[in-house]
Amino acid sequence: MLQAHAVSFAYNRGMLRRHLVLDQVSVNVERGTVVGLLGPNGSGKTTLLRILSGMVTPQSGHVVLNGQPLLSFTRRGLARQIAVVPQETYSTFDFTVLDIVLMGRYPHLGAFELEGADDLEIARAALAATDTSALETRMFATLSGGEKQRVVIASALAQAANLLLLDEPTSSLDLGYQFEIASILRRLNRERAATMVVSTHDLNFAAALCGRVVLLKEGRVIADGATEEILTASNVRALYGMDADVTFHERAGHLTVVPIGRSQ
Amino acid sequence: MADTTSPLRRRFATTLLAFGALAAAAILLAPLVGSTSISLSKAFDRSQPFADNVDAQIFFVARLPRVVAAALVGGGLSLAGVVFQALLRNPLASPDTLGVSAGASLGAMLAITFHANFSFFGISAVPLASFAGSIGALAIVYALSTARQRGTSTMVLLLAGVTLTALLSAVVRFVQYLADFTETFQTMRWMMGSLDVASYAPLLAALVPMAVACAGFAFLPRVLDLISIGAESAAARGVDVVRAERMALVSASLAVGAAVSLGGPVAFVGIIVPHLVRLIVGADHRLVLPASALFGGAFLIGCDLVARTVFAPLELPVGIVTAIIGGPIFLWLLFRRA
Repeated sequence: MLQAHAVSFAYNRGMLRRHLVLDQVSVNVERGTVVGLLGPNGSGKTTLLRILSGMVTPQSGHVVLNGQPLLSFTRRGLARQIAVVPQETYSTFDFTVLDIVLMGRYPHLGAFELEGADDLEIARAALAATDTSALETRMFATLSGGEKQRVVIASALAQAANLLLLDEPTSSLDLGYQFEIASILRRLNRERAATMVVSTHDLNFAAALCGRVVLLKEGRVIADGATEEILTASNVRALYGMDADVTFHERAGHLTVVPIGRSQ
Repeated sequence: MADTTSPLRRRFATTLLAFGALAAAAILLAPLVGSTSISLSKAFDRSQPFADNVDAQIFFVARLPRVVAAALVGGGLSLAGVVFQALLRNPLASPDTLGVSAGASLGAMLAITFHANFSFFGISAVPLASFAGSIGALAIVYALSTARQRGTSTMVLLLAGVTLTALLSAVVRFVQYLADFTETFQTMRWMMGSLDVASYAPLLAALVPMAVACAGFAFLPRVLDLISIGAESAAARGVDVVRAERMALVSASLAVGAAVSLGGPVAFVGIIVPHLVRLIVGADHRLVLPASALFGGAFLIGCDLVARTVFAPLELPVGIVTAIIGGPIFLWLLFRRA
């Protein structure tokens, strides 16, 4: 569905220093899968997500969506295919939860068109899918972090895109909310066949959610494949320099990673 | 026209009708008040010729231009305030924050001090210079904020605006210090804001940039909603953020330039009206933007009414009234929410 072919990206820092963030990275996201992007801080996860969403154009390489180059899409056309959930969302003004979710309808409406009954229906269905129907009339700014993130996911669903890109969706959430977001995303993948790319620092969250993981280190892919095969103690050591126990947890039904200490 | 079955459309129609009625009432009723009382029905009485109808003459010739000027200035400053606040994602942003008012003041002061005596299509030097000053200030701020990266950074915009305001104000004080007393006094009176407009010519002159600005504003409401949540997420939803920011800044500076050249840098309107309106209609800019224009116009008409009646026959500069009325309201709002 979405392929990045050997994309490279560097930020210019002054005249001579070029900071290479991504170096010939290729990723293939197949329809209906949940792909996790793992890697230490500064490994290029966020930049890769921004390239995949078309926010940033790589200096070399290219991205293809449904067989067409990403650059050939208009912004609105792209927004109808790809929705992005940022790490955190702040609202400066008093928007209600429904207001926020209805903003997802933007790429489907004409310049002077108001949301109609069908848009309202789509928005309410998105609220239901993320268990946030009860929050509809609340002010977004007054919600807890976990509620906000679910509403932003609902807003992305209202965008009716087939592909969801999530940038560390649980980084500021407590344990309960982390679990909740994981189960909502799993359900969306199962019931709506939503394709997702999720960047995260939480290996257990990735193990619970992602069928495939891509390991990024210093802008290069060091491993890419099915989660059970890639999420190993030796890869965790290669990625983070940490010794860890990786075991299959019967009751959780997925791999778990327990850090033991810095590897020598 | 409207499909009244949709609750959203019904809400839009009723809100805009209510605010439109408020503005219309202010424009029709404010000219009735003054040293001579006149009657609305007599002023609009078509049975006697205009030359014999004293009420109509007072209404249309003596008082209406000033009321319309108040509506244009109040509406323009409020629109710009809404746009700056959404664009900078900062509820404290206003036409003053970005150095626009300081630029206008510098322009007006230079024209006053150096007795500039040019005119352009019947517009005299002071309004022209203040218009140029406000546009110039915003151009500098915008150029600075875009110089280093693609798209505007709100933090850089704000800092540049604050710095430019300090710098331009210092230049104003410097020239004032060197200028003689009469000119300094004139400049100070101009900077307090005044709506002493006695003919329709300056109104027409201000209407041109105002109309261009409104054409730009028409495309902005939904885009501002999305940008106020975050530029990146707005882009991910299909907004061309760079183009929208450019359009918003140009439109807002045209509106401020037109407003300031007509009435001086009237304080507080651009910051307080958007907040009052949001309190009534919610955050949706498709409502906030037009409602602020209408409410801002009515608000300044009301303030000007106070300014010219409370100490009659003495007229207060309207900027003093807006600050004295607006300040406490704003503080009350802040504490009510905390």
